[in-house]
Amino acid sequence: MTGSQFGLFGTDPWWLVILKVVAIFVMLVLITLFTIWWERRVVSRMQHRIGPNRTGPFGLLQSLMDGIKLALKEEIIPKTAHMAVYWLAPVISATMAFLAFAVIPFGPTVSIFGVETPLQLTDFPVSVLYVLAIASIGIYGIVLGGWASGSTYPLLGGLRSSAQMISYEIAMGLSFVAVFLYAGSMSTSQIVAEQETVWFAVILLPSFLIYCTAMVGETNRAPFDLPEAEGELVGGFHTEYSSLKFALFFLAEYINMVTVSAMATTLFLGGWRAPWPLSLWAGANEGWWPMLWWLVKVQIFIFVFIWLRGTLPRMRYDQFMKFGWKVLIPVSIVWIMIVSVARLLRNEGSFSATEILVAGAALIVLLLAVSWVAQSRQDRRDRKLADAEAAAQARGFDPMAGSYPVPPLPGQTFTYTSRRAMAQGTTIVQDPAAEVADDGRDSNA
Amino acid sequence: MNVYTPILVLGLLAFGFAAFSVAAATVTGPKRYNRAKYDAYECGIEPTPQPIGGGRFPVKYYLTAMLFIVFDIEIVFLYPWAVAFDQLALFGLIEMFLFIITVLVVYAYVWRRRGLEWD
Repeated sequence: MTGSQFGLFGTDPWWLVILKVVAIFVMLVLITLFTIWWERRVVSRMQHRIGPNRTGPFGLLQSLMDGIKLALKEEIIPKTAHMAVYWLAPVISATMAFLAFAVIPFGPTVSIFGVETPLQLTDFPVSVLYVLAIASIGIYGIVLGGWASGSTYPLLGGLRSSAQMISYEIAMGLSFVAVFLYAGSMSTSQIVAEQETVWFAVILLPSFLIYCTAMVGETNRAPFDLPEAEGELVGGFHTEYSSLKFALFFLAEYINMVTVSAMATTLFLGGWRAPWPLSLWAGANEGWWPMLWWLVKVQIFIFVFIWLRGTLPRMRYDQFMKFGWKVLIPVSIVWIMIVSVARLLRNEGSFSATEILVAGAALIVLLLAVSWVAQSRQDRRDRKLADAEAAAQARGFDPMAGSYPVPPLPGQTFTYTSRRAMAQGTTIVQDPAAEVADDGRDSNA
Repeated sequence: MNVYTPILVLGLLAFGFAAFSVAAATVTGPKRYNRAKYDAYECGIEPTPQPIGGGRFPVKYYLTAMLFIVFDIEIVFLYPWAVAFDQLALFGLIEMFLFIITVLVVYAYVWRRRGLEWD
């Protein structure tokens, strides 16, 4: 696996390395500026607005101007902030966001100023693991930023972010296993090479879907943007950040979005390989053209991100964690077991690919049926509990709950409470049965 | 050149850019002192006093972190197995199934004990 295969990596002359590094850097900044504008325009369309259209053609310069404006704004550092960490956090976030792009393949081997080189900064046998590691360090930026602000909302936002990102990182990591199993390698260029005949998104569809879900959770985007739930946490971990420090967090968030899209493209959509009708043209996978296919694929993912934001309401935090831990993780683990058995049977040659696929599909259907039955039983239990609660509520209503007068909800009836009883400070709940039901619910929860 | 060197170069550029931005912001922006501006932001009310070091976190964050470590280590074992799957064949499959099932038992226990509930 080493030697000849990685021979082309690590042989670039120093000027070419610097050229590639600068190209990646500039490309990421430009994609970020473009994506912010694109997101605002698309979301505007979805909400029957026009969106930014004043600065430059179609408002294209809007995000650049916003960046300049941020730089000219006063920087407010709360006096409770832990100075060193407060300064370090945005730097960690931004640096790690850039670093993850070092192993993304943009295209095949090309000739730059007479030097044969792959369109990829570098690659090594564990490059996907490297991306995961870098993404994990990126979380430090968020949690440290929230902690160092010395303020309540950022702290809560940072904690939430970290809990959310590590939860979805597991699902993300598990979805990669099937890809490694089929590719027999963790190097990004090798994985792209293995998808020459068929994309992994086709043969490993469940992995792809799990990854797509996990990547939205991992990047804190809607509908999983709970760390920035403004109704609960103001701005989340970056509430106390202003000026260019805030801009760096913003930049990191958008680069992370591009990174996970690029990873999805590399691992599941054949990387820079031309999609089907185009791949009939022999020159489609040579020279500089593949960069275009790569960019189109990544842009499709980014559009889906924006589409999700324009379409779906934010999830509740407990539902979100439940989804990650109780759905994504078990489904990924079972899927890995199915894939490995199928792969082994295929390697042994005792079954044909069709038989394996049919068996796998049957197993998934069975699994879904079991989970559906379990879910409907759970729902029935929940409904019973809710009915009991509603019945308890209907029996008696306390208009002075906790000494604040409240209007009755639909289905509730007023019950008379004497002024003397209230003045004596006795409990106002009349129905003893209601009290028992309430207690029962509390101990269940 | 080593395959890891380009990462260092990219890291230096990115770090330089980030450090420059953070430092530049203190120079480019105006400074107008106002005592209230430097208080922690809490929607206009008097900020809640913060305990030193952020105080204590709810225990469920620790629980989540520990569960994360359990599964992350499982993933760390799964990756090399997946890469070398074709060579390990049936032996590797059985060994890994035993391991996955062991972790699944733990997972079922945690689920049963409501370790995965957020409320």
